[in-house]
Amino acid sequence: MDFTFTEDQIAFRDSVSRFLMTEAAPELLRDIWETESGRSPELWAKIAEQGLMGLSVPEADDGMGMADIDWALLLQEIGYYALPDAVTDTAYVAVGMLSALPQGHAARAYLSQIASGSCRVAVGHPTNGTVADAANTDVLLMAQATATGLELHLLTPDQCEITALKSIDSSRRLSKVSWTATEATRVLDGAQGQKVWDTAGERGALAAAAQMVGLAQRMLDLSVDYVAQRKQFDKVIGSFQAVQHHLADMVTKIEFAKPVLYRAFYALQHNEADLAVRISHAKLQCSEASWFASRNSLQVHGAMGYTWEVDLQMFMKRAWVLDAAWGDKAYHSARLTQGLLRSPNAPVGPGATFDRESACAREFSGQAAIKNIAEEVAA
Amino acid sequence: MDLTYTPAQKAFRTKVRAWLKDNVPKERLKSYDTREGFEQHRAWEALLAGAGYSAVMWPKDLGGSGCDLTEWLIFEEEYWAADAPARVNQNGILLLGSTIMEFGTPEQKARFLPRMARCDDMWAQGWSEPNAGSDMAAISSRATRQGDKFILNGQKIWSTRAIFADWVFGLFRSDPTSSRHHGLSYILVPLNTPGITVRPIRAINGREHFAEIFFDDVEVSAENLIGAEGKGWHVAMATAGFERGLLLRSPARYQRSAQKLVDLYLRNQADADRDHSIRDAVLRAWQGAEAYTLSSYHTVGRLNKGAQIGAEASTNKIVWSELDILINETAMRILGQRAELIDDEEANDWLEGFLFAQAGPIYAGSNEIQRNIIAQRMLGLPKS
Ligand SMILES: Cc1cc2nc3c(=O)[nH]c(=O)nc-3n(C[C@H](O)[C@H](O)[C@H](O)COP(=O)(O)OP(=O)(O)OC[C@H]3O[C@@H](n4cnc5c(N)ncnc54)[C@H](O)[C@@H]3O)c2cc1C
Repeated sequence: MDFTFTEDQIAFRDSVSRFLMTEAAPELLRDIWETESGRSPELWAKIAEQGLMGLSVPEADDGMGMADIDWALLLQEIGYYALPDAVTDTAYVAVGMLSALPQGHAARAYLSQIASGSCRVAVGHPTNGTVADAANTDVLLMAQATATGLELHLLTPDQCEITALKSIDSSRRLSKVSWTATEATRVLDGAQGQKVWDTAGERGALAAAAQMVGLAQRMLDLSVDYVAQRKQFDKVIGSFQAVQHHLADMVTKIEFAKPVLYRAFYALQHNEADLAVRISHAKLQCSEASWFASRNSLQVHGAMGYTWEVDLQMFMKRAWVLDAAWGDKAYHSARLTQGLLRSPNAPVGPGATFDRESACAREFSGQAAIKNIAEEVAA
Repeated sequence: MDLTYTPAQKAFRTKVRAWLKDNVPKERLKSYDTREGFEQHRAWEALLAGAGYSAVMWPKDLGGSGCDLTEWLIFEEEYWAADAPARVNQNGILLLGSTIMEFGTPEQKARFLPRMARCDDMWAQGWSEPNAGSDMAAISSRATRQGDKFILNGQKIWSTRAIFADWVFGLFRSDPTSSRHHGLSYILVPLNTPGITVRPIRAINGREHFAEIFFDDVEVSAENLIGAEGKGWHVAMATAGFERGLLLRSPARYQRSAQKLVDLYLRNQADADRDHSIRDAVLRAWQGAEAYTLSSYHTVGRLNKGAQIGAEASTNKIVWSELDILINETAMRILGQRAELIDDEEANDWLEGFLFAQAGPIYAGSNEIQRNIIAQRMLGLPKS
């Protein structure tokens, strides 16, 4: 039992953090916002040079072949620096989908292009009403509902009709995508596609959750800096207890969201039976931390926090929108209800957190009630 | 990261589970806030000690099982899952015991720890005073050095179960010219020493949960001083760290409560679902208990790799105390009008839990004080 990261994982995280600190400084991001595409090819190329785009690409496809856990720390940094989301959708979610294709499948050719930074992918997952970065992509992965499950389709932008939509978060570039499923665009049928889409949804949810923790941490850091220099009543406001307590509560929420997040990444990587519960828990706990952080940060910034000029808004908005991406609160709490209150083998109680086969099977009077619910649902 | 238990850890779990299955009292014990219940709990913990389970992390020669932190977490999971009795001597074992382990001389360890593990001696904590609650550095009870003795005078208050306990560990001002956290000494005192008066205070549940302790020229041997004379604050802060941090409230306790809450909800679902926010609170209770557990395992992993845990312990204190309120409050909402009934056994268990949960944000350093610590020591903000 070792619930910590290796020194290598931490060192890699630190190097990515140092890189983003200069290359994705808030003033640079604001410049990028003002461009038509909202994206910087130079920044993208530099990120690829760092090896981030090929992190999950299998070694046979010119990548580093890293696993889900390796993203747990990096995605927090991506959130901390509010890096535009095409990176995570391409390098983590889409790479996961393409790597799941059988060896020799033509679409796998995109993997090495992604690793080198020459291909962007937009993912039209059904939990998201819109498609992020569709207007600025090389390839789109889209879902088509069928009786046997969600088919996986691969399209190029010229095969779709893409209508840009504006988001309150200026770094987000969303679109509505209209397209027609054809035999030529189909990559996987419903039965196989469903599995790939399911896992993509879990990865997307965790990517959003991890970024929200990073965002919360950034908002906390910005707030600590601000209250340590802003004076009222001849004192820095950071010396006032009401202000201190707002920040202390942020610390607590952030620190107790992180281990939940790590546990969920592990569950995903090891395809554990409880992974839906673990991932929804992580999404909810991280979104709570980030919403709470944005609320309290804005409060301690006073009117400054309500301005466009102060950087806080960049991180707050990202936290607000990621909350609803890849399954909103209602979606994830419904999954928890399902997994915890309607399942005869719910991971509830002491000893159910890890290594579930060793957890004691316990008789619960609730079991009868669960059966009733199950019958009700079936009826 | 490897989140599987080793074969040795699994074997330990199996062994503990089997022992608990055979030994946990079939009849529920009476409240340890009554004389009879207190003695029942003492007997139970003596039985635990016989198996090396009353203080599992202590070395074997001092009455423990020599477990590491992960095994401790496993032990606690089994303990709470088995619905074994709540621990009556945790002030002794967890707070004072951990302190003696760190600051005691070899003689003090041998003299106090095995007896503590067996519950031969039950301990009360004597820190708070009428004018030194949150502001513990305002302690005014005195210890006057006379050769190889201290003479104690003054008053302590809110000392949990002091009316039944055998000993008290307390902080006394040993340097009369000192102020604040300087010049304090950490001294162990037998409660049957002449000059001591223990007066019970009834708590919110009507029982004599805590007490005032009056010291009137009480003589105690200087051998009972823990750590250096005048350096008691430093020793006490280490104790406070144990209290707030990992040890005092193991996560399994809340996981078990959350599990019972889920069970209570499922059995009363038709009624509870009249208010959909109840189901949401049940889910949040599970999430909180699970997050607390995961955080504890994460901390244990970091400690195993040599990390030091400092002011972060304060976040723990806030989390478990607020979680306890959420769990018990939600149970009260599910029970509805049954919740107040003292003779309804199931309802009364929750009611007792609800009442005790109210004290969580106050004792072990109030949550406001914890927030001050987080802001000032973790975030580096200035004192007001
Ligand atoms: C059930 C229970 C068991 C206990 N058992 C023991 C025991 O065994 N031994 C023992 O020694 N003590 C014990 N205590 C006492 C406990 O440690 C004190 O109650 C606690 O330290 C708070 O002190 P106080 O009650 O004097 O409250 P006060 O210090 O008077 O505080 C009252 C309120 O003011 C707030 N406050 C005070 N100072 C500040 C500040 N600087 N900033 C912000 N807010 C502040 C507090 O947070 C609190 O909300 C117990 C208490 C309870 C409730």
